[in-house]
This record gives sequence, C-alpha cells and structure tokens, in this order.
Amino acid sequence: MPQARGPVSTNLRKLISNQHTEFGVDLDAALRATDDVLQDDDLQLALFMAYELRYSGLQGIDDDWEWHPEVLALCAAIERLFEAALRERVSLPPLPAPDVESVAAALFELTGADSGPSVSRFLAKKATDEQAREFLILRSIYQLKEADPHTWAIPRIRSRAKAALVEIQADEYGGGRFERMHSELFARTMRGVGLDAGYGHYIDAVPAITLASSNMMTMFGTHRRLRGATAGHLAAFEMTSSQPNRLYGNGFRRLGYDANVTFYFDEHVEADAVHEQIAARDLAGSLVTDEPELLEDVFFGAAAGLYVDGLAGAQQIDAWTAGHSALRVPEYLDLPA
Amino acid sequence: MIAPDDDAADIPAAGADEPVSITAYPNGPLLVRGPFEIRTPTGVVIPPRRKTVALCRCGVSSLKPFCDGSHKAIGFRTEPEPPAPQPPLPA
Repeated sequence: MPQARGPVSTNLRKLISNQHTEFGVDLDAALRATDDVLQDDDLQLALFMAYELRYSGLQGIDDDWEWHPEVLALCAAIERLFEAALRERVSLPPLPAPDVESVAAALFELTGADSGPSVSRFLAKKATDEQAREFLILRSIYQLKEADPHTWAIPRIRSRAKAALVEIQADEYGGGRFERMHSELFARTMRGVGLDAGYGHYIDAVPAITLASSNMMTMFGTHRRLRGATAGHLAAFEMTSSQPNRLYGNGFRRLGYDANVTFYFDEHVEADAVHEQIAARDLAGSLVTDEPELLEDVFFGAAAGLYVDGLAGAQQIDAWTAGHSALRVPEYLDLPA
Repeated sequence: MIAPDDDAADIPAAGADEPVSITAYPNGPLLVRGPFEIRTPTGVVIPPRRKTVALCRCGVSSLKPFCDGSHKAIGFRTEPEPPAPQPPLPA
C-alpha cells in the first residue's frame, strides 16, 4: 500500500481501508486546485491506487472496492481532467487517409521524428551505476506489469486488428512460458543488480510523471471508447523501442553487468523489431480500416505516449545532469489524523 | 460439437502441416510465421526465440539474420520513391 501524497490519496486510503465510510474530500476543489494534473503527485497516486484494484489488487484491501461507486466516481473525475490535459497539450500530426499503408507510414514518420532528450543515449554513455539502478526503479512501475494495460483492448476490438494484438501480446507474455514473460525478464534484471523485484516495491520512490505514464495506459486500456488510443500507444511504444533497448543493454554492459542483467534489453531489440511492424500495420492500420472514426484517437494515443514519456525522460536527464537523484523525495507525510 | 465443414480445408492447421509464410513489410523486414527452422551455413539450427521472427533485409542489423530496427536509421526503402515533380515544359 503506497504512502499517501496529499488529501485525495490520504482519503482514498482511509476509505478503502474501511477507516472512513465516505470519501470525505471536496474532490472538485482538489481538481480545481491542481496546476498540472500530469505532475500532481496526489491525484496521480490516487488514480494509480484505484487502478491497481483492476490489476493485482492492493495488499490488505478488499477486492470489492474495484467497482465501488465512490472509487469509480473518483477515477472518472480525475480521468476527465487527465484526458482533457492530454488532448490539449499533445499535438497531432496531419491525419493520413484511413487505410493500412497511410496509417503505417504516418506512424513511422511520427515516431521517427521523435527527437527529445534520450535516456537511452545517457544510459549507454554516461550513467553511473546508481543512475542505472534508478532507471530500473522508475521503469519497474510499468515493466513489472509489462503488456497488461494493452491487453484490456483484446476483447474490445475485432478482426485482423484483434489477431495482431494477440500475436504481439502472446510474445510479450513469453509465448506462455513464465520464465520468458517480459515482466519476469525485467524482474530478473532488477534482481541481477541487487534491487527488489517485488511488484510495487518502489512505488513511493517514483515521481508523479512516472505514475501518469502508467495511468495513461490504464485509462486508455480500460475505456472501450479509447481503444484507438490503446492501439496507437502500443504502436508508438514498439516503434521507439528496438534501438533504445540496444543502448540500454550497452549501458549495463559498460557498467560491467553480464547477460543475466542485459537479456531483458537484448530480447527487446529483437522482439520489438517484430512487434513494431505488426503494431503499425496489422493492429493500428487494420483497426482504422475497420473503424475509420478511430483514426484521430490512434494518433492521439501514439503522440500522447511519446509526449508523456518524453517529459519523464527529460526530468530524469535533468536530475542526473545536475547531479541529483531522479527519484522522488517524499514531502507529504501521511500523519495520523 | 461442430460438424466437419468443407471450408475448414482452407484453414491452415496449427501443426506440422501448417505452411510457413513470409510477409514482406514495406521498407522493413521479412516476417516469418509457421513451423520454420533457421540454420547456419554449416547446418546448425539457430534456436528461435519467438513464434514470429523478423529477418533483416536492409543488411545493417547487428543481430543478423534477425532485424533490429536499424533499417529506419538508414532510410532503407523497398518501395519505389514517388516520382519527382517534372519541371514544366518550355512553352
């Protein structure tokens, strides 16, 4: 159970631990008070906790809270603000014709033009051992449940696009072999550098933007309305993965780690070179061909993924370049009432 | 129980009889699916790490015979470029 980061996450904790019978915070006031929902620790943590009830659950918390009206209302209120902020701040490329060729070409152009600061180049050339571990800690929030947020879309789409998504996800889950599941490979990398690979172990150490990156995927995945954004997000993720993973692997090799630690990254160089083709054409392209009204959301999901992960990466590089930790220093003490 | 159906003969079985398929992705690799085996020139089988593999066709992958996405960095094209606009004929 994560530490609270403000009034909303504090009261959500109390509600689902049965210490309160109602939410008891003026949520509208809390939402109005935030100047940036993407960087708001309290709101992103509250949404993350509510979403975890949809995945592995929260330790000591009754699973019934997942569908409790107060928890769903909290999610809906934060999601409205979160999605509106993303739609306002993420700029879309000119939309192509709604066919496979045009959609794939436009996605390759969008992802190829991504020239933000590069965590992968920093890892490859400069990162210290401590910074490399911080990189793994930040990544662990998503990577220990790697692939799960996009899997929500499988029952929500049909036809060739569904088959393509299953083909990608089956590979993400190691073709059904536990020890090859990508989340498990990531856990092996964490253990190899002496980190705790327990799910959620480092939740209190990650900043709001890391939670926002994970929350965005869950928001896209658990809303059927946003299935186009899930497809676009996965496509952009896969299309910007092969070469960065080669550099991550090189970074850990430079720091003296062996194949046990680098296997996760080396595996992704090969896997994502397969996945990006399937995701761009057979998933995103086929989905838009079947449902042309999803065209804009496919590009919204792709561009939002690049935008949020670009912000998170820039924050990491700024901290490391200034000689600071990229991890969060807890400021808000969850004092007993 | 579903009755046997003549159409089912068109559906590749998921077994030894399943054909290998190779799909050429524009400006990218060849994706291979099915019961394939990849060998070195001396006949040693390279164990596949996944069901669907991407084979390099731009020549610059560092993982050959597999694709590592490098084709994008070199601007590899498999499709003809659209023709350049022609200058107008002199009047």
